[in-house]
Amino acid sequence: MQVLLEDVGYAYGDLPVLDGVSFAVGEGETAALIGPSGCGKSTLLNLVGGLLAQQTGRIATLGAAPAGCLNPLTFVFQDFALLPWRSVAGNVALALEHHGLGRAAQDARIAEVLGLCGLSDFADALPKQLSGGMRQRVGIARAIAVKPAVLLMDEPLSALDAQTRELLMEDLIAIWARERTTTLYVTHNLTEAVRLADKVVVLSRRPGRIKRIVGIPVPVAERQKPEHAGLLKNLHDDLWGLIKTEAQVADREMQHV
Amino acid sequence: MSDINMPGRDRSSVAFRGAGFVPGTTRWAPWLAFALIIASWEAACRLGWLPPLFMPAPSEVVSALHDLLVDGKLVTHITASLKRILSGWILGSIAGVAVGFAMGIFVLARSVGLPVVSALFPIPKIALLPLFILWFGIGEPSKIATIGLGVFFPTVISAYSAVDNVPRNLIRMAQSFGLSTRMIVFKVILPGAMPGILAGFRISSSIALILVVAAEMIGTQVGIGAFVLAAGNLMQIDQLIAGVVLLSVLGLTVSAVLSFTEKIVLRWR
Repeated sequence: MQVLLEDVGYAYGDLPVLDGVSFAVGEGETAALIGPSGCGKSTLLNLVGGLLAQQTGRIATLGAAPAGCLNPLTFVFQDFALLPWRSVAGNVALALEHHGLGRAAQDARIAEVLGLCGLSDFADALPKQLSGGMRQRVGIARAIAVKPAVLLMDEPLSALDAQTRELLMEDLIAIWARERTTTLYVTHNLTEAVRLADKVVVLSRRPGRIKRIVGIPVPVAERQKPEHAGLLKNLHDDLWGLIKTEAQVADREMQHV
Repeated sequence: MSDINMPGRDRSSVAFRGAGFVPGTTRWAPWLAFALIIASWEAACRLGWLPPLFMPAPSEVVSALHDLLVDGKLVTHITASLKRILSGWILGSIAGVAVGFAMGIFVLARSVGLPVVSALFPIPKIALLPLFILWFGIGEPSKIATIGLGVFFPTVISAYSAVDNVPRNLIRMAQSFGLSTRMIVFKVILPGAMPGILAGFRISSSIALILVVAAEMIGTQVGIGAFVLAAGNLMQIDQLIAGVVLLSVLGLTVSAVLSFTEKIVLRWR
């Protein structure tokens, strides 16, 4: 499934945060959305996911959802958003139990995604008993349990330490390679964007407008190879060059607010 | 292997400075404190430091409790009070949780409910007992209505606050997975609000206990409030204190029941 955004704008009251944003995320493609703080990245993700009502422009999906898809547009949240009173399996079940699956089918699906995310031994654990990385794995397991057509990831690794982030990036690459899910990935972290995305959509500071769309001409699976290190470093630096000045201005504005 | 070469001279061990300020409790301390208070009270009475007419010894209070138990009055008074407390508390709690939930979830209910509750909550509910007697008669309904109304307002506020404090990100998550409003209420908001609602029950049960005593001091012969008032009028101070002890035990029992409920319902915490 593709995601198409055409001239999208949004304002919180009198405060415009997005203006004339147009781009497409192709079938099976991962697009990273970067930009200075407050440029409307998360707002855009919430608009695409239907958690905010569209104001101007048009957001549409194109193409059929994959077989067995229960929730075409599915979020993975920065703060994990796990129900603390439910076990790991129970949190995954929340996404499934209103779809009329039989108990056996639901249990099988839960066992499968917990296995994929390395959580089989923690099915009965409560979120408070897990580390941050494990909690986000539960969030990812819950998301892939519904076989989404589009994954909407809102800074999914930003609450994690560097080592856990590395491990989860590898897990995400493996999941995307297997599921071929279209993904819109919001991040502040340029290293994540360069490592995970097929293309990087750079937004200007508020109100967010498309500043540049940068393709990454190295397959995701090969980006750890030494021969690509120089190119990826240059891309990283180019992206930083695109947002550095505006990020500094946005940072001062945020402090002022 | 170690890269440390500890010199033999001029070295001093690092002293531990992190002791204390631990929010813990000890099991024996409260029992010892109770025992000391009761022993001191008994000793003061036996040594004549406290006038027996106004402050009988604990042993006399125990004797009065024993007499009440033997002649069946204890059971009669406690049963009457418990019936009133339970009826009023259950009615007030059900209505309070329902209204609090509505205020927490629906904009219109919140808009109407907040000012109304804010205006009516501060009224001492016992002041309405004469009005309820006029409306419902001198019998049980007026007492139950007083307790119910006293329980209703704190329950509304605690339920509303509890719903309001359920993290919005959990509700957004449930919406993002396509759960219906009803499912979000029962699978996310209700369990998420339970800690606040149960904390409210603690407060409302104490209020019910206070109101039952006050309500029983008007127009009734049975119930712990009536018993305490009659004992005071007859200067039977040992019986009066026995009644107060019964109220304390009743309060502790309610608290223990709620603690047990919290342990079961909130074991995830």
